[in-house]
Amino acid sequence: MDTLLIHALNSLLYAAVLFLIAGGLSLIYGVMRIVNLAHGSLYAFGAFVAAWMVGRLVAGPTPTAVLYLVLAAGAVVAAGMGATLEPSLLRPIYKRPEEYQLLITFGLQLILEDLMRLIWGPYPLSVSALFEGMGSLNIGDSIYPTYNLAVIVVGGLAAAGLWAFIYRTQFGVVLRATSQNMRMAQAMGVNVNRVYIEAFTLGCFMAGLGGAIVVPQQGAVLGMGVDALILAFVVVVIGGLGSLEGALVGALMVGVVREFGITFFPEIELAVLYLMAAMVLLVRPNGLFGRA
Amino acid sequence: MSPVPGVTRRPSAAAVLIALVLVVLPWVVEPYQTVLLSYGLIFAIAALGFNLLLGYTGLLSFGHSAYFGAGAYAVAFTVKYLKVGSMELFLLAGILASALVAALFGLVCVRYTRIFFSILTLALSQVLWSLAFKFYWVTGGTDGLRVPTPTLLGVSIGAGQDKMVFLAHRYYYYVLVIFLAAVGVMWLIVHSPFGKALQAIRDNETRAEFVGVQVWHYRWVAFLISGAFTGMAGALWVPLNGLTTPDILHWSFSGEIVFFTVLGGFKTFAGPVVGAVIFNYLKTFAVGYTVYWQMFLGLVLVTLVLALPTGIMGMVARLAQKWRRAPAP
Amino acid sequence: MAEGARAVSLLQTTNLTKYFGETHAVDHVDFTVSEGEVLALIGSNGAGKTTLINLISGFIPVDSGSIVFQGADITRDSIHEKIGKGIARSFQLVNLFDQLSTLDNLALAIFSREGKTRKLFSLSDADRAVREEAVAVLQQFGLAAKAEMVAGGLSQGERKLLDVAVAYALKPKLLFLDEPTSGVSTREKAPIMDIITQVVRAGGITAVIVEHDMDVVFKYCPRIIAMHQGMILADGTPDEIRNNEQVTANLLGTQRHA
Repeated sequence: MDTLLIHALNSLLYAAVLFLIAGGLSLIYGVMRIVNLAHGSLYAFGAFVAAWMVGRLVAGPTPTAVLYLVLAAGAVVAAGMGATLEPSLLRPIYKRPEEYQLLITFGLQLILEDLMRLIWGPYPLSVSALFEGMGSLNIGDSIYPTYNLAVIVVGGLAAAGLWAFIYRTQFGVVLRATSQNMRMAQAMGVNVNRVYIEAFTLGCFMAGLGGAIVVPQQGAVLGMGVDALILAFVVVVIGGLGSLEGALVGALMVGVVREFGITFFPEIELAVLYLMAAMVLLVRPNGLFGRA
Repeated sequence: MSPVPGVTRRPSAAAVLIALVLVVLPWVVEPYQTVLLSYGLIFAIAALGFNLLLGYTGLLSFGHSAYFGAGAYAVAFTVKYLKVGSMELFLLAGILASALVAALFGLVCVRYTRIFFSILTLALSQVLWSLAFKFYWVTGGTDGLRVPTPTLLGVSIGAGQDKMVFLAHRYYYYVLVIFLAAVGVMWLIVHSPFGKALQAIRDNETRAEFVGVQVWHYRWVAFLISGAFTGMAGALWVPLNGLTTPDILHWSFSGEIVFFTVLGGFKTFAGPVVGAVIFNYLKTFAVGYTVYWQMFLGLVLVTLVLALPTGIMGMVARLAQKWRRAPAP
Repeated sequence: MAEGARAVSLLQTTNLTKYFGETHAVDHVDFTVSEGEVLALIGSNGAGKTTLINLISGFIPVDSGSIVFQGADITRDSIHEKIGKGIARSFQLVNLFDQLSTLDNLALAIFSREGKTRKLFSLSDADRAVREEAVAVLQQFGLAAKAEMVAGGLSQGERKLLDVAVAYALKPKLLFLDEPTSGVSTREKAPIMDIITQVVRAGGITAVIVEHDMDVVFKYCPRIIAMHQGMILADGTPDEIRNNEQVTANLLGTQRHA
């Protein structure tokens, strides 16, 4: 019974991080119709920045509690990169056929991967002190890292916060209007350029946050971005590209299947995930919550 | 008619000249250069297959490494399990395996277009990669599988013969003949009524449907042919490389295939071929020059998309038009 | 034109209905077309004309009702099946293969009709029969001079004609023309309609033409069906339509010609 609970918690842990990444991807697509192939790299960048900053401060006088907050620097840097990249790289290609955005973001991904190698070298960075620093809880007969629970909480808060942001704020209204009908929103006076930068920045912030909170648990490793992107794609294929509810449900489904996949059939775990995605597509060609 | 206006159907003088150069090359340059070009020609065959989908059918596949890799691993399995060493059997195995994978993946993907299509192709190729990675007792995992020099038309390398010389001469000509045949076959396909139907689907899916062309079916067949061409390239690649590893199935190689097609220009027939050969030299140079060759290539791609979207051949076509319009002295 | 008693019914819709949410885009429409007729379908924007064509041609699924063509029920047929049975259409917003030449646009319809689009290993340019027929059709439509030009480079009027020509090249029994002169300058409308009606009559094709320009409608079409809010308002000769109060009130303004 305990192991079931542990598995459930691990699924939620996985889902929390995946939701941040896939949610960011879906948000950006929903508003701007852009799929950023470098989205995973921003997740990785967030992880590296967070690990590096904490690493610099951990030996010093900064209290541990504050160090947890410093992790957020990863999200902030990723957001900043998003704010820089959208007007410079993406805006020139909006008028072009969709495929060009994949090409340019693929190029961006190549650049960012090597940029991380250039800045931080080929070896992983870890901040396990922060992971161990929270200790563990007794769950029945097993012990479970408290940090993981913190991540789940952060994920849940992010989902709630995002929902509130999009459905309860003025900015959220503008965002939804632009995503449903950009021309109409523009005709009504919405500054679409600004909405695009803001949406893109928010999406990148989410990706960076995902990387930042995962870093105490698994460190920052080159190539983590690509792995994350592929999984984010399973999530949006299942949940529907452009839908945040889809990203949440998809992340949960992927979290559960992956957790049980790793336990019972580790070799084909990715294949099983995609099989599940393919089955969803058969019934719902646009994903569970996607629109045509 | 080819997508570039003004290109005639008969082989142009430039094409004949290039073919001649290709034929005499091994006698003129050192073996290393010939082997390097062999890689280029092999990637060009993969690019030809890829561009049937992109340039002619309007579908951007980000997962073509799956077919290249299927071809490569089919060869490796043929060696490992069937203990066979004939290049002709290698080619057959490669084409069959990649066609099978393409048929399967195509069934899922051709119902979708544009971004979703690209994402699906990418995802499916990664599944294949993860299988090759995880089932290491079959695929050799990251160590990969070795493939010895095959017999070409029944003739083996011969005891004591230098492998480099073999690759630079006999194998190079083998590849060259197949390359020229591939160019010919693909040229025929894109200029056939079927090829026109694909272009119609690219230009206007609705109208194609209303002219009686069943869009999904034709896309699927194009997918199949595209995969088979790329798989054949994979089969040619393994003996040259001596080894196949899961890297060849990874998304990043799919990205390279896209890259060199776009570099050469996907709106022309020759573009992908030119792009593949040039990219091969570009990457070899970059890898030798810096550890951060990915960043270098990424910068090239971004610049390409922003400044030169029609690629090298697009630029050549524009220059050729200007040159033709210039008044005679 | 076939007379009443001897008219052979080619197409018959019964209670044809299509909803978009709450809106009855097509509302229980009974509509019959006889062989050889050339009729106009008029109505204000949103009357349901294009939706009716979309339903009959198979572009969108029917909600209820039936469509019978040459005695066979085709209500649930796919686009491909309907084309095979002889129903073709042109488009209000031009739908062409913009990167292919004018000739290739037309040739493709012929290749498809002949089942030749399956051919992978023969050159399309080498098929003389198809090429000659394509050129002949282009000549009928006055587009032969632009045969080699990329379709995207044609003028609007030429594109409208090509759009119709491509549908015509399928040698359909029933041809739907959705606003063949829309977006074209007034000067060009008559010449375009002249060509179209000439080709249609010469080929004995049954044609349903959606049009807004009443001068065009009254001049070229012996039978007119007026639609309004998804329903058929009136069905008759130009005189009958001109004198129909409901039609004049809803569609033609209140001006009446004595």
